[in-house]
Amino acid sequence: MSRFKLVFVGLAFLGMAAFPAVAGSYGVDFVTKVMVYAIFALSLELLVGTTGLVCFGQAAFFGIGAYAVVLLSPQSDAASVYCLLPAAVACAAFFALLVGFLSLRTKGAYFIMVTLAFAQMAYYVVHDTPLGGGTDGIYLMFKPLLGAWLDLDKPLALYGFTWACLLGVFGFLALLNRSRFGRALAGIRVNEQRMRATGFSTYPYKLAAFVLSGAIAGLAGFLFAVKDGFVNPELMSWHLSGAVLIMIILGGLGHLRGALVGAFAFALLQDFFKSEAVFGSMAKHWHLGLGLSIIASVVLLPSGLVGLPQQIRARLTGRSQTHGVDDAST
Amino acid sequence: MKAIEALHRTARTTLRATLLAASAALLTTAAAAESGAKLKVGLMLPYTGTYAALGNAIENGFKLYLQEQGGKIGDREVEFFKVDDESDPSKATDNVNKLIKRDNVDVLIGSVHSGVAMAMAKVAKDTGTLMIVPNAGADAVTGPMCAVNIYRSSFSNWQPGYAMGEVMAKKGIKKVVTITWKYAAGDETVRGFKESFEKGGGTVVKELNLPFPNVEFQALLTDIAATKPDAVFTFFAGGGAVKFVKDYAAAGLKKTIPLYGSGFLTDGTLDAQGADADGLMTALHYADSLDTPKDKAFRLSYAKTYKLQPDVYAVQGYDAAQILAVGMKAVHGDLSKKAEFAAAVERDKIDSPRGPFTMSKAHNPVQDIYLRQVIGKENKLIGVASKALADPARGCKN
Amino acid sequence: MVLPARRWQTRRAAARTERAGRTLHAMDIATFAIQCLNALQYGLLLFLVASGLTLIFGIMGVINLAHGSFYMLGAYMAFALAPLVAGTLGGGFFTTLLVGVVLAVILGYVLEWAFFSFLYTREHLQQVLMTYGLILVFEELRSLLVGDDVHGVSAPAILSGTLPLGDVMTYPVYRLFMSGVCLLLALGMYLVFTRTRLGMMIRAGSSNREMVQSLGIDIKFLYRVVFAAGMAIAVLAGMVAAPVSSVYPGMGDTVLILCFVVVVIGGIGSIRGALLAALLIGFVDTFGKVLLPQAAGVLVYVLMALILLWRPDGLFKAG
Repeated sequence: MSRFKLVFVGLAFLGMAAFPAVAGSYGVDFVTKVMVYAIFALSLELLVGTTGLVCFGQAAFFGIGAYAVVLLSPQSDAASVYCLLPAAVACAAFFALLVGFLSLRTKGAYFIMVTLAFAQMAYYVVHDTPLGGGTDGIYLMFKPLLGAWLDLDKPLALYGFTWACLLGVFGFLALLNRSRFGRALAGIRVNEQRMRATGFSTYPYKLAAFVLSGAIAGLAGFLFAVKDGFVNPELMSWHLSGAVLIMIILGGLGHLRGALVGAFAFALLQDFFKSEAVFGSMAKHWHLGLGLSIIASVVLLPSGLVGLPQQIRARLTGRSQTHGVDDAST
Repeated sequence: MKAIEALHRTARTTLRATLLAASAALLTTAAAAESGAKLKVGLMLPYTGTYAALGNAIENGFKLYLQEQGGKIGDREVEFFKVDDESDPSKATDNVNKLIKRDNVDVLIGSVHSGVAMAMAKVAKDTGTLMIVPNAGADAVTGPMCAVNIYRSSFSNWQPGYAMGEVMAKKGIKKVVTITWKYAAGDETVRGFKESFEKGGGTVVKELNLPFPNVEFQALLTDIAATKPDAVFTFFAGGGAVKFVKDYAAAGLKKTIPLYGSGFLTDGTLDAQGADADGLMTALHYADSLDTPKDKAFRLSYAKTYKLQPDVYAVQGYDAAQILAVGMKAVHGDLSKKAEFAAAVERDKIDSPRGPFTMSKAHNPVQDIYLRQVIGKENKLIGVASKALADPARGCKN
Repeated sequence: MVLPARRWQTRRAAARTERAGRTLHAMDIATFAIQCLNALQYGLLLFLVASGLTLIFGIMGVINLAHGSFYMLGAYMAFALAPLVAGTLGGGFFTTLLVGVVLAVILGYVLEWAFFSFLYTREHLQQVLMTYGLILVFEELRSLLVGDDVHGVSAPAILSGTLPLGDVMTYPVYRLFMSGVCLLLALGMYLVFTRTRLGMMIRAGSSNREMVQSLGIDIKFLYRVVFAAGMAIAVLAGMVAAPVSSVYPGMGDTVLILCFVVVVIGGIGSIRGALLAALLIGFVDTFGKVLLPQAAGVLVYVLMALILLWRPDGLFKAG
């Protein structure tokens, strides 16, 4: 089974690498955005899919990474990626450490609410205080350079850099899932009490996963700020936290490629509902279509799009589904 | 078993292929851009959310001008592309990219929210696309972000504030407390007010603000009462304006401390505010009872076409179309001649329903700011607060 | 001699400063009192909305993100029903409130049967997502049915007066009415929970669902009642708040997040905790706005962080 998964992932990455050759500038922009969202979704996948911690405040780390780029960039010159990227990621990771420290002592629904509240706190810090630019946002005047040879101001360069980051994060998480650390996280997801009974202290593992997830989300935020050249508090809004959660559920929870598929599917779904060609004047009420799709996908696609072939096969052969809960899924 | 595996495999591959093909189709730009005939106008306005009514009014105003010109601007027919910006600056760059890179629009019209307009201005400046802002008053758009291809048909936040400051200073008011939302529109309006008011001999004793779009004013109203100023100057718009005026009256302050504001306090909100707004004086570049032939004709034809009364947003949309027409005529439909376009717009007078105005070098209207008072359910014109007021365009290198 | 003259002058100066201090102090007391009233009213309204959320979660274990939408529904109902009620029943504000509550109970009953009952057995993640989808659906339905304009709702004539407090400011009677309604409802909830059979069943159902079922009590009906009540309370809060907050798109969002903070601080399922937390938030927010306007929005979350440091599960556990 895993060979198919590998082929699928490989083809997906090759497809994305070859895409700029056939697409126009809008297509390149669009897929860059989706790749950034995919990295964002992968960060949440680590928390929700692997460790079983449902975090509803992921947008805060994303936004902090983005704001760090703008606030730490010099006003009149381009910064170097070698300095800016680690700095942005570190800021996001640091905030994740603080939030994780305070919230990981809680569980379940409480944890969900606490993470949401902390994300709102970050939102208000940026929105109200002079630290951020207020509700209108701030400009990134000069996009950073990777050494002397890659100027991230050029869309193709940014596309390639984002593709490389996505590949790196994907590979890293795939290896992580197979490592002892990843196994421990999976164990925590399945039954935390049992883990503790066998002598594992679960708190440091959960905290580590939380900080790692925040760091990856910060990376996604870095890329987003560089792409747009403009950041504003809505990057930390809880609607974005909800959107990324939808992405991984839509794609398929528990599978890394689910984050990829989910990010693409969500972006395409949004565009589909917004298109006047299909919906005419109802296009401006696209939230309705999106809301109904979310409800439908939770009810009808419990394993997400990635699990769709299995669902169809099960229906065709009449076999009941068995979930492989402890296989290291890519 | 093997057959099912094979079916499974092919199904997955076909699904993957169709998904890729569908996305490619949605994303790839249309083959061979249209040859010059139709003018592509991209409207990026809020069609949902709190500002939806404003977005619709702007579009109506724009289309009204088009209708009056027989459906053509500069001898070219117009094709519209619409995107709902949802007043969300985080999606603004995406949305404007859709219009510029996917739909290849020639002209960009938008937006209402300053944050969205700022994101749009950045992309427009980078790509050189012609952009006309029909509302957002952020000083930055005709300030540091100004460019030969960026225009504004509305106002800059500084203008109404500055005009009101002059009026209040002349009235002999000495101590004022300002209250507004902490965002560009609020900050810049109050800054403009403070500039002229303090020049006229007054003092701003306290500057109150609350985060946008918070509407819990009680605590701050109590603070105003405790400070006991001669008057209060405010900027609020939309739902916040409705609530503030009502809360101000409910707190009993309306009788003891007169309230003045930027015109958005009472524009489009009078129905909801009711009697609480009676007598309020505001400054704006438009009023409901201008009584000029151009305005009367505009209001009549707008009411006939859309069965609604026009407001300042409709006028701004209408004037955006006029600016486009003026420029198009000068360059004979060739929008690549940006310098000639700019020269023509800076030179000509725009015959607007608000009164004729010219465009500054930073491409912001140099216009009369009217003093209005709420009488009945209208913002009646009672005088001119400031004649031919030009925004100083600080930071613009045009 | 210099010394006695100075002592005489000092005594006079001291008397002067003391008089000035008293007037300053007196003005401060009045302003302080008004700010306290503001904080109380804000906190009580928040409690009303949050109590529904914590009730639904504490008893049925469902996280309902659409709770803010119920609040918005109430406000829009106050706006839309007023002319209808005036036309058909000839009633005013209070009749509209009554009609609204009845409609909300019916709607809550139907919504629970059609949608929410499926959420009890699902994981929290799925509940979050489905209710998030529900928010989007509600917002768009609102946009389709009523439009996107901002509307004002006028308070009834008997309550539109003001009470003079201090020399410049007056306090609106309607806000006192709001606080009164919230207090009455809080008292009502307390009485129902502690003195009635229904309350006893609800409390039993929240601690052990299976046992209650095996005792022959129809748990499904119980849940439906609780959900309808929770929704009705939120709707009533929206209706009562409408004249003060005006009616606009997206008004449910801010309330929802604050409700979550109330539940986090107060403890899930605890009505007592929700009341205390809501009042705390009301005070921190109101005084924060006046003393530290820039940090006002963040202060509530800082408060939450501090309480979490001290009590990770909130002030009170379910009860």
